[in-house]
Amino acid sequence: MTTLATRPEPGAPAPVEAESRGSVAARRWAWTAVIVAVWVVVWKVTEGTRTLALPGREHTDLHQQLTEFRDSVLASRDTNPIVQATYQIGEWFVSVFDWLTRMISIPDFPRPVPQIGWLGVLAAAVWTGYAVASWRIAVLVGAAFAAFGIFGYWSDSMDLLIITFVAVAVATLIGLPLAVYYGTGGRVGVGIITTILDLMQTMPTFVYLGPIVLFFGIGASAAVVCTLIYALPPIVRIAGHGIRSVSPTTIEATDSSGQTARQRLTKVQLPMARATIVVGLNQTIMAALSMATLAAYVDGPGLGKPVLRALVKNDVGGAFVPGLLIVLMAIMLDRSTTAASERAAKAARGGADPRIRRIVLAVGLVAVGVCIYLSRTYTWAARFPETEVGPKSADQVDRFFEWFTGTFDGVTGGLKDFVTSVLLNPLQSLLAESPWFVTAAGLCALAFVLGRGRALVAAVVCLAGIWYFDLWHDAMITLNMVLVATLMVMVLAIVFGVWMARRRAVDLALRPLLDAGQTIPPFVYLIPVLALFGPTRFTAIIAGVVYAAPVAIKLVADGIQGVSPATLEASRSTGCTTWQEITKVQLPMARSSLVLATNQGLLYVLSMVVIGGLVGAGALGYDAVLGFSRSEEWGKGAAAGITIVLLGVMIDRICRAAAAQDTTGGADRGLGSRTRALLRSRAPLGPAGGA
Amino acid sequence: MTAITEPEPATRVPPNGDAALTVRNLWKIFGKGSDRVIGTPDADLSRADLKEKTGCVVGVKDVSFEVAPGEVFVVMGLSGSGKSTLVRLLTRLIEPTAGHVEIDGHDIVSASESELRDLRRTHTSMVFQHFGLLPHRQVLDNVAYGLEVRGVGKKERRAKASEIVELVGLKGYERSYPDQLSGGMQQRVGLARALANDPSLLLFDEPFSALDPLIRRDMQNEVIRLHHELGKTMVFITHDLAEALKLGDRIMILRDGEIVQIGTPDEVVGAPADDYVRDFVSDVPRSHVLTLKWVMRDPRPDDDLTGPTMPCDTIVRQAAKAVLDSDLPVRVMDNGEVVGIVDDEEILRVVVAEESHEAASS
Repeated sequence: MTTLATRPEPGAPAPVEAESRGSVAARRWAWTAVIVAVWVVVWKVTEGTRTLALPGREHTDLHQQLTEFRDSVLASRDTNPIVQATYQIGEWFVSVFDWLTRMISIPDFPRPVPQIGWLGVLAAAVWTGYAVASWRIAVLVGAAFAAFGIFGYWSDSMDLLIITFVAVAVATLIGLPLAVYYGTGGRVGVGIITTILDLMQTMPTFVYLGPIVLFFGIGASAAVVCTLIYALPPIVRIAGHGIRSVSPTTIEATDSSGQTARQRLTKVQLPMARATIVVGLNQTIMAALSMATLAAYVDGPGLGKPVLRALVKNDVGGAFVPGLLIVLMAIMLDRSTTAASERAAKAARGGADPRIRRIVLAVGLVAVGVCIYLSRTYTWAARFPETEVGPKSADQVDRFFEWFTGTFDGVTGGLKDFVTSVLLNPLQSLLAESPWFVTAAGLCALAFVLGRGRALVAAVVCLAGIWYFDLWHDAMITLNMVLVATLMVMVLAIVFGVWMARRRAVDLALRPLLDAGQTIPPFVYLIPVLALFGPTRFTAIIAGVVYAAPVAIKLVADGIQGVSPATLEASRSTGCTTWQEITKVQLPMARSSLVLATNQGLLYVLSMVVIGGLVGAGALGYDAVLGFSRSEEWGKGAAAGITIVLLGVMIDRICRAAAAQDTTGGADRGLGSRTRALLRSRAPLGPAGGA
Repeated sequence: MTAITEPEPATRVPPNGDAALTVRNLWKIFGKGSDRVIGTPDADLSRADLKEKTGCVVGVKDVSFEVAPGEVFVVMGLSGSGKSTLVRLLTRLIEPTAGHVEIDGHDIVSASESELRDLRRTHTSMVFQHFGLLPHRQVLDNVAYGLEVRGVGKKERRAKASEIVELVGLKGYERSYPDQLSGGMQQRVGLARALANDPSLLLFDEPFSALDPLIRRDMQNEVIRLHHELGKTMVFITHDLAEALKLGDRIMILRDGEIVQIGTPDEVVGAPADDYVRDFVSDVPRSHVLTLKWVMRDPRPDDDLTGPTMPCDTIVRQAAKAVLDSDLPVRVMDNGEVVGIVDDEEILRVVVAEESHEAASS
């Protein structure tokens, strides 16, 4: 071994002279403290001056101009080719939707009932559940459809399903080819797609609605279009990722057999990515459902409508029942698609005897035919018998919450007052009641300290935009709510994440709950929180926390579980206490997951706080809602929408830059590249976060 | 070390044109502007210096060799020596930067996309370290994949595939999925897939590195058996010297993308081209590889030349007992002529040197 020993090891990295990371972090915290201290001092003397507050229904010239722009677009409807095209598409969606509703949802004149009554639809749905998955799923589907009718929301439920499926069908038609390109294309094209998807997913759902209403009108067409836009990214991104991550060895091995590019795609890449593509489809369906409920804001048909009606009236009981049905529908869709993918995988491997199954399916098909015939012939099978279950449950729910709030008022009220006085008010005062330029300077300085130049640029550009759109004060109030809610999310995430990572039993118990939490459309979260805390900004914050917590907790738990057991063992062997183990080993090593969880938490919370504008959160969310509910406020609403986007982009960019700062320090951060990848392929702002 | 006579250079390289595989001046340089390096003085820089200067990394550097039909040609080197790149250049799974590759008289480098595809379908097959099987297909359909992309009908390709499956000893597993098989069995599937195309040239990229030692030995014997039965030309990449010595008719040693030595196993062990190779082969039990040709000496006047005879390519270990038993020196024969003699001393020098070497190194 004489010569070997003297040879320098190939590829050994040269020793790097790097500043100790610990001291960098310490300096960063010190600077942050200094900035905040200076800010507080300045705020003390200038509080309440030049805050750019814009009370209630006032708007500025800019908002007026935006409204006029809307008017001019509407006026040019007959001449402008773009608007003509969008209206054409919208009309097409409406006609598809109308046809489907006449089939299963509303009376098809001159018939007093739809073409296919509830019995036929239910039978067909159950049969489909069995065909794509299993008898268990069939039972679940049957129960869900029965519940839609029993609670008295048959027609709304069918409308929601139709909107969801029309949007998913179109999203899949557009999305799958894009996914193939995303999975096989060159760097430039994929880069462009990634950027567009990023933009689509950073945008809080609400922001789509304004422009969509402008170009597609309100009602079913707007509902389908916004659902489609929101549901498109998951399938492109997840399916594309699946195609891209097919093992290169397999590609190489099959290439060496002399396959054509087409054979590679159809025989190797698509089959091997099948499971991931189905996950993408599942996520797309869930995203579609959640957006389709939100489309109630633009008069979209479906279960969202009764929820929204009741929320506006602060009628918890009335919102609760349709909300519950939305959850039921979400669970049904999620379980069916998941089970369908599992079944497909099993069937592809020659599972159980297909003959019995085929017989059952054939017999079932006959039964479905009979049911459809019955439902076309007899009224009892066509129109769901009216029951008192719906209103009665609403009363029950109302009574329960009355009792609950009456009994636990001290607890809920105390929590609200505590958070409001300790966190919300001081921070809001600092952000929104400082002169605008002081706040801007403070935020820019913090951005620079956390993420250096890149974050500073993002902060300057976005703050300039927010200032330009004349909703500075509202934006700062919204930002405050987002920050407080995110702080709460992160506390929950760390506590539960560490607990889950350290106790397998806890993980097993909590994870299904968190998964279920992620499939529930965000809208629904507002209902119980509203019942507990009444219409205040605190409600929106708590709803945001509840909405963002599952994804953040899971990210933290996964990050900590990813810490190498060898490192843990080594630290234990030096005699660490549990506390030391958590604070000195697990949390620092899972730091990139914490950053990612914070980023996700911020964006989830932002979208919820905006939705919460309706129930007393005020600020930007309220402006936006007002914008598409009142014609003369359209300009202000649009400005609010753009401001929300700018806030989201600013938060997201600062987070990413801070994460990059963290990870460029040393080459030994194995998680660094993974986090960057995760940040890039970030889950959408919706229930689809669990990819 | 022992006094070793320099042997004649290897004589098995066939005359030009008959070779199953001809590689001339093959280069692969990774990085931007890599095509501008060759032909400049930069091309003579060492790998590290070139990286420093241009940012390009040399994968394979000016490699030329020929493989005769039916030969097992082993390419060996440590990780990063460019051997896996080299084998991919042969069928252009990686595009070469410059050079010439010819398989059965077909020019690979200038072949069009479809010509290349045809060559891959009919002339070459490759076995990969990590198998590269299709997880969603049964063994039989994995094996038949090459025939499938060629457009062979289902019945025919399945019949052919089951023949091959039986040949590699997987009968009874046709309907299994890859993840239901052990690593060794999966590699048998990989081997079967390569054979199903009935290629004239088989390429192996470290096929057994991921397997545990006992399975690896089985698989090596399997390759020897198949080579014996089918007589295919093989190019075999490995980082394991023992494997190279066991399988190779000839061995090519690569370092930093450059050829260090090409020779038969006994040449590589007996006459290492430089310290690098010497270091490599220092642990090899020499008596297992060297032939009498490497240890014999010229007869001295006082030698009794009436002893038994042995061919000069007898391996020392196999000759040892007979030589030690014989009272007279053994005459070493080549083509019916005495080329030297071997006595106890020569044998013991190899065997004992080995023992002491082992003792020192253990």
